[in-house]
Amino acid sequence: MKALQYDRKPLRFAAAFLAGSMTPGRGGAWGPLELVDDDEPALPTPEWVRLRPRLSGICGSDLATIDARSSRYFEPIVSFPFTLGHEVVADTADGRRVVVVPVLSCVTRGIDPVCEMCAAGHINLCERVAFGHLSPGLQTGFCADTGGGWSTAMVAHPSQLVDVPADLSDEGAVMIEPTACAVHAADRYTGAETVIIGAGTLGLLTLAGISASPRRAGKPIVVTAKYPEQRRLAKELGADVVCGPDELPRWVRRLSGSLAVENQLTHGFGHVVDCVGSSDSIDQALKVAAPGGEVLLVGMPAKVTLELTGLWHRETAIRGCYAYHRADFDRAVELVRRFDLGRLVSATYPLRQYRDALEHAAAAGRRGAVKVAFDMRAEKR
Amino acid sequence: MPRPGYVLEVDRSTPPTLFWRGEGFSLEKLPAGRSRIIYPGEPVAPLDDIDGAIAHALEHPIDADPLSALLFAGMKLTIAFDDISLPLPKMRRPDVRQRVIEAVLDAAATAGVDDVVLIAALALHRRMTEDELRHALGDRIYDAFAPRGLLTQHDAEDPKQLTYLGTTPNGEEVEINKRAAESDLLVYVNINLVAMDGGWKSTATGLSSYRSLRHHHNPDTMQRSHSFMDQHRSELHKSNWRMGKVLVDSGVKVFQIETTLNTDTFPSQFDFLSKREWEWTGRDRAAFLGLSKSLKFTPNRMARGIFHSIEAPHQMTSIQCGEVEAVHKITTENVYKQQLVQVEGQTDILTMGIPYICPYNVNSIMNPILVMCMGLGFYFNLYRGKPLVREGGVVIMTHPTPWEFNPVHHPSYIDFFEQCLADTTDPAELARKYETSFAEDEWYRHLYRTSYAYHGVHPFYMWYWGSHGLKHCGRVIIVGGEPRSVRRLGFTPASTMDDALELASDVVGRDATITHFHAPPLMMCDVS
Repeated sequence: MKALQYDRKPLRFAAAFLAGSMTPGRGGAWGPLELVDDDEPALPTPEWVRLRPRLSGICGSDLATIDARSSRYFEPIVSFPFTLGHEVVADTADGRRVVVVPVLSCVTRGIDPVCEMCAAGHINLCERVAFGHLSPGLQTGFCADTGGGWSTAMVAHPSQLVDVPADLSDEGAVMIEPTACAVHAADRYTGAETVIIGAGTLGLLTLAGISASPRRAGKPIVVTAKYPEQRRLAKELGADVVCGPDELPRWVRRLSGSLAVENQLTHGFGHVVDCVGSSDSIDQALKVAAPGGEVLLVGMPAKVTLELTGLWHRETAIRGCYAYHRADFDRAVELVRRFDLGRLVSATYPLRQYRDALEHAAAAGRRGAVKVAFDMRAEKR
Repeated sequence: MPRPGYVLEVDRSTPPTLFWRGEGFSLEKLPAGRSRIIYPGEPVAPLDDIDGAIAHALEHPIDADPLSALLFAGMKLTIAFDDISLPLPKMRRPDVRQRVIEAVLDAAATAGVDDVVLIAALALHRRMTEDELRHALGDRIYDAFAPRGLLTQHDAEDPKQLTYLGTTPNGEEVEINKRAAESDLLVYVNINLVAMDGGWKSTATGLSSYRSLRHHHNPDTMQRSHSFMDQHRSELHKSNWRMGKVLVDSGVKVFQIETTLNTDTFPSQFDFLSKREWEWTGRDRAAFLGLSKSLKFTPNRMARGIFHSIEAPHQMTSIQCGEVEAVHKITTENVYKQQLVQVEGQTDILTMGIPYICPYNVNSIMNPILVMCMGLGFYFNLYRGKPLVREGGVVIMTHPTPWEFNPVHHPSYIDFFEQCLADTTDPAELARKYETSFAEDEWYRHLYRTSYAYHGVHPFYMWYWGSHGLKHCGRVIIVGGEPRSVRRLGFTPASTMDDALELASDVVGRDATITHFHAPPLMMCDVS
């Protein structure tokens, strides 16, 4: 099988960091990522099934890995070499078209009884992602035993499979996993005035999730977007205001009826969703959050530098928001259908053009794209 | 004998024409055979004895008793005066307001009046700084009144300082400064720089509140004012006149003092700015070259400082006092004597160089909204009869139009530009969707009242000023403007005048006639 594998190679890791710093996505060409011809992964237990990926998306966390920007936090909970790709629509051997729930929780690891979080249905918070009969790996796509979507073959536990309705295209289906993240994020929405920072894939999908929320009752949703296509899509997906990042504080000031003391707002929005994960974006999120408000980190941050005096003084809460529960996938299917989110797949590439694909994905906004995916439908099996 | 305004038909021998470009200039060659340039008249002679003329006017008012007869001990006297927006550029000391108010105060002192309050008639403009007040009123007045709290600035957002007088037959609410309304006599000291100024607009606008202003500062009124520089065809003025009647009927006693200035606009080192190019001397050419070249290497902020430090050698050409409407009639005639230029026929393309200053950016930045207002609001409306440019024609302005705002003076302008104009440039839609929220924004109110900010609604009014021009013209092009700012305004950017004329030809054809409005100095065209 063909697979884009990522191995632990310190020198190439350093090269990826340098290359990715100069041109985002360039770490794919200089780093540890390689297109290999390898044996298909073994089934961890007989109940696991083989999958033939059809499409597999490139996520922000994948790009961070490839450009060596990921936090070392992940080192103990991944296993090398791993095949990337956790946004996957694939075929099973018995002819089903499925989407993978990539979280490798207790059930997939053969752990019984399951941990407290899994027992409560919070598989995203599984406490055993480095234990059980699988190598460490918080998700498929970061685990040496499962393979990943950027390949022509991988394996999955039956509990990870979600059947794709016949009316959804492969493009729509590949958007289900990131949409499930957004559905999970939208669960924190209370109907308050909301800012969504960033209008990449995650920002747009979170916006869609909030727009579809039954709690939406007319309070404004403001989205920051850097690029024209992002602006257009944000409007379409229900943003009341779409503005540039530098315009956000003035919008929030005016819409919240806030006063200002120099650059500090006295009020703000109660709910701020950061879908970027950088120091700048989180800093801005804290500045536009109302006293007592909440900043939800949906975009994966790494090491950031923050001024937290305002957070202390205004009793702002920062809350992480990782992945999803199993049920979120069902709601994600509905959301993909309702907003025709398959149209967000802007470009697909065969595996052999992975360098182009990764650079395209890393510059998606600037190049008028949203989601870039690998297309294995024409790959030789 | 000063020469009147002049219309030059451009031929091959016509030298390149000066165009203002903010804090800079360019020389542009307009196409021969189809272009003309309208030059303002030369400054008319000032009054020989200005202080004598003031004294005479106060004692010989029109349709009113002499000022001395209106003053008595124990009375409440309020003197309101025009704010920083007039004159432009600021005039050399002593300012007309200082001279007139000193004379009024002398008369009040003689009559034993000791309850005197001065009010800067800001309407929704920014407050004046101490330096600006001292410049307008002189140190003697400032030091006598300001420390005792008797030199005030109208606060249109302080309910305690406002009084509601009723409505006009058209339902327009009249709310003005309480002290002014409740005084035994309100003396209004005005500077009529253009024909729009003065009359009931002084009091009914300058001392009023948003509650009143919204009745005439709106797109509908502006679009039906043809033009608002021509009082008789101006809905803006008709509304103010109706409000004036409410003032009179409510017992507000106004003694109106109106002054006119000549168009001696620039000091001698900038003489070339007021001259016709073919009359430039070697010294003028050298001054132009030296200034233009040095400005290219001067940081914007410094260039702005240089230009805003210019003090005009304006001189008073007339003063008349008494009953508001009778006074204003004569004032307007005097403005026309200086500024009116006879022009035959409209043009397909109207060009105008936008200078560094307009009434709302004194000591500040000419932001993109003010560029629009200066071009389509003021210059476009400086006509009587018909607009200089035909309906569906093209206006070409020259200005760098940077995406730059003074955050102290124009905080709501930034939001208007970033948030409202990104949505629509249609004045009516802007009014409907956004005006109230800006007018009632607590933060803007706070800044207007306590800092030096224009009122939250003020950028809307600037946009409305230009709404007649906006509706009338087929296209607006800004030469040399920052493209993204120009596009945000809804206009078309062009790199050069040739490019702009090419772009204009899409709208008005290739043989379109061109007229250049060569200002400042200011003028008003009587278009037949």
